[in-house]
Amino acid sequence: MDTVNLKINNIEVSVPKGATILDAAKKAGVRIPTLCHHDDLCVAGNCRVCVVEQKGAWALKASCAVPAENGMEILTNTQKVRDARKTIIELLLSEHAGECTSCYRSGNCELQALAQEYLANGNKYIDVAKHVPVDMSSPSIVKDDSKCIKCTRCVRTCTELQGVSALWSSNKGNHTKISTFLDKPMHYVVCTNCGQCINRCPTGALTERNYIEDVWRAIDNPDIHVVVQTAPAVRVAIGEELGMAPGAVVTGKMVSAMKKMGFDSVLDTDFTADLTIMEEGTELLVRLKEALVDKKNVALPMMTSCSPGWIKFIEHQYPQLLDNLSTCKSPQQMFGALAKTFYAKKKGIDPAKIVSVSIMPCTAKKFEANRPEMNSSGFRDVDYVLTTRELGHMIRQAGLNFTDLADEKFDSIMGDSTGAAVIFGTTGGVMEAALRTVYELVTGREVPFTNLNIEPVRGMDGVKSASVKIDKVKSEWSFLEGAELKVAIAHGLANADKLMKEVAAGKAQYHFIEIMACPGGCIGGGGQPIPTSMDIRKKRAAAIYVADEAHAIRKSHDNPEVQAIYKEFLHEPLGHHSHELLHTHYYSRKGAVKNH
Amino acid sequence: MDNNTKQKKLAELQGKVNLIFSQIDCVKVLDKALAMDSQKIIEDVSKSGLRGRGGAGFNTGMKWKGAAEVKDDIKYVLCNADEGEPGTFKDRRILEEQADKVIAGMAICAKAVGACEGYIYLRGEYNFMKAKLQAGCDRWNKIFSDKKLNFKMSVRSGSGAYVCGEETALMESMQGNRGEPRNKPPFPVVEGFLNKPTVINNVETLAYVTTIINDGPEKFSSLGTKTSMGGKVFSVSGDAEVKGIYELPLGMTIQEFVDIFGDGDTKAVQVGGASGSCVPRKNFDKTIIGFEGVPTGGSMMLFNSSRSMYNVLRNYLEFFEEESCGQCTPCRVGCQQLLKGIEAIRSGEKPQEYLAELQKLASTMSIASKCGLGQSLANPFNTITRHFREEICY
Repeated sequence: MDTVNLKINNIEVSVPKGATILDAAKKAGVRIPTLCHHDDLCVAGNCRVCVVEQKGAWALKASCAVPAENGMEILTNTQKVRDARKTIIELLLSEHAGECTSCYRSGNCELQALAQEYLANGNKYIDVAKHVPVDMSSPSIVKDDSKCIKCTRCVRTCTELQGVSALWSSNKGNHTKISTFLDKPMHYVVCTNCGQCINRCPTGALTERNYIEDVWRAIDNPDIHVVVQTAPAVRVAIGEELGMAPGAVVTGKMVSAMKKMGFDSVLDTDFTADLTIMEEGTELLVRLKEALVDKKNVALPMMTSCSPGWIKFIEHQYPQLLDNLSTCKSPQQMFGALAKTFYAKKKGIDPAKIVSVSIMPCTAKKFEANRPEMNSSGFRDVDYVLTTRELGHMIRQAGLNFTDLADEKFDSIMGDSTGAAVIFGTTGGVMEAALRTVYELVTGREVPFTNLNIEPVRGMDGVKSASVKIDKVKSEWSFLEGAELKVAIAHGLANADKLMKEVAAGKAQYHFIEIMACPGGCIGGGGQPIPTSMDIRKKRAAAIYVADEAHAIRKSHDNPEVQAIYKEFLHEPLGHHSHELLHTHYYSRKGAVKNH
Repeated sequence: MDNNTKQKKLAELQGKVNLIFSQIDCVKVLDKALAMDSQKIIEDVSKSGLRGRGGAGFNTGMKWKGAAEVKDDIKYVLCNADEGEPGTFKDRRILEEQADKVIAGMAICAKAVGACEGYIYLRGEYNFMKAKLQAGCDRWNKIFSDKKLNFKMSVRSGSGAYVCGEETALMESMQGNRGEPRNKPPFPVVEGFLNKPTVINNVETLAYVTTIINDGPEKFSSLGTKTSMGGKVFSVSGDAEVKGIYELPLGMTIQEFVDIFGDGDTKAVQVGGASGSCVPRKNFDKTIIGFEGVPTGGSMMLFNSSRSMYNVLRNYLEFFEEESCGQCTPCRVGCQQLLKGIEAIRSGEKPQEYLAELQKLASTMSIASKCGLGQSLANPFNTITRHFREEICY
């Protein structure tokens, strides 16, 4: 590979051709401040905070956008550079409705941190912030243009990573803003509520709609029984909100914190993740039988339905493929429906007095819980959805010293889970869990992978595929003898889009597809701690697999509570009760934007 | 100078140049170019000393050489006819009267650099001439195919954004994207329109190319000065006795210019449009119109003592506040701050000392902005506020 030699602050450094000055500085151990730059996104070069001086050049260079060249002598800390950066930060502050003391992102705001670092004067220039109403239309995402600094990270996220393009720059000059199609409110556009824009917004312009106060009120009300469920990906990320390094598995501390906060029952979404595998795995086998034996025209490949951002995406973009979706509700919604039926009955609590809260790595889950059809228990199945970040806020508000908490266990019932459930939290996990169960169901043997770890479906490749040969099957599955089960996995909606184009064109020869809306799956969800990067997501994913291997039980069908609920209540996968409580249907949203 | 002397002097100066608006047989010029070696064309253009007539003044021969050296089967020639600089209106007349020279210039460029397609990016406000220009292109396309020149031309319309005169924003606009300048490098000669090697020249530059091939490089290079060779088409406006479009040699002093065009009471000349520099009367003598002094895309706005330079500056800043593409911080916010800043000083909301902060801000914009728009704001702001401080704060 061609290399380029240059000097950064008189430190000689070699980088591959094509690397930027910023890359070279990193290699030289020199930190250059950035704002519009994000490792997950393409170069914008528009905030200009990263400017540096090149010896012999009059104008400064935006180090994130300018390629390193042989013989360059770059200076990153001269008077000229410091003055320019400070001025730029002060300009940004002048168009940013500060309100730092009351801002949701205060303490984790990149503009605030830079202002502090450069001792910028927020009042030096005239206030030119656009004090416009906050867009609160979406149950998931709050868009406050008055805090926007037009770095376009959200635009690039929505377009490059998610292929959604709900956000775009509009107008020019002083009227420039980040807007939606025809400037409609966020709830009325193709936004999937995935929240990836929030994860990359440097300020408080994009945040989740928070329900912290509502949940505290429910907890404080002695007449209300508050059950809380926690998604798999939360336990490997909540530590980051509370000062720990990425990749720590803190399930026990998290449970302990929530008990101390006053939740009446601290339960596990992992339980319904296992249940999902039972329902979805059976659904797959039924579809395969209908296709192969009954020669019916069934929709294959079957596609997972756990990720509500993905669901809204397909409802907008590929409504012709809705029949391919598994009818299974997401684990969150299965849990909600069971909390106010099965759980209420077992505990002898009036379901009207139950408030069901879920802690999710996700913002789209807020939208999902609000979907009108999600009331099969006779009530709102899930009342409030909090993100990992909101839980972090609540733990701090409760005055708990998180790192010192002793581990505690989930309550019962609906607190038991398996390793198969926890891997739902990362890309490929649902597929792996499903294969562990389906293979064994059909053959009576464990999946033929060392230690049950199905490596081909793991990892951060955008689109993955694998196949599993099924042989020596049990007699009732004889039609699958010798079959090769072909599966594919995509994460990040831009990757999902690629895969769906293949499926829509009839070119994809898969039986089962797992899609997660967010890069990395739920561990990279839109409700997870900020910042995010490939490195952080890899650490969280590694933690998920640690949690999997730490489980004594690693297959969903071996979960004793799952076995019990089928015995006592549901009777069989895809049975009558299941259909009522655990399955759902979807809507085409084609044209929905136009009609609002 | 009395009127007669002025007229005589003007006629004499115009007679020296008379390249752009003279009638020549452009097809013959193309024939001549087609008979030449590509390298020789570039050599001649270089020898003539021709520099970009849009205002930035990049050496045309060097630009073409750059594009010729890049190996690619597909290259483009673009004509920047997005004439949007306030005070500039010369390209309009060139296109109306001498489109053949422009088109022939593009074809000569295509031959020199190996381009296969050419587009005239026409300012949205000039759409009234689009049909006529397109007809010209169609007529020339036939000539190209008759002469076995693998080159095709057509016209594209802009939509009215000033920033689309910036070459890479123009390309984005042509590609159907939001008109925002790109990061440079890569420069257009390497990665331009549709990421292919692209030469982009101003209308006037291309018209001059045709005359240079017609006359040989020496005639052009004998005009003007060492640094600013050749003629230049000026758009004269404001408090001028004679207004309009005049082709004159580069290298005159502002004083010489004002003597001919001024009304006897000229206190300032804004050279190069709203983004150019303001020259006060005391500097008329020592300021050369050209790349060694004040470069210009041709706009010369004269102001007499009845004009408030505060109003002039405010008018420019209102324009830039709207016309910044809004992409980079220094330009987007800086333009707003400069405008609001002088208004606040005038109303007393900010002290006079704030002007120094604003001048510093303008200087920062010039070294930290992404493109020429933000980089050039310091020209009008700092020259007007320095030379006419008493009109800004009192």
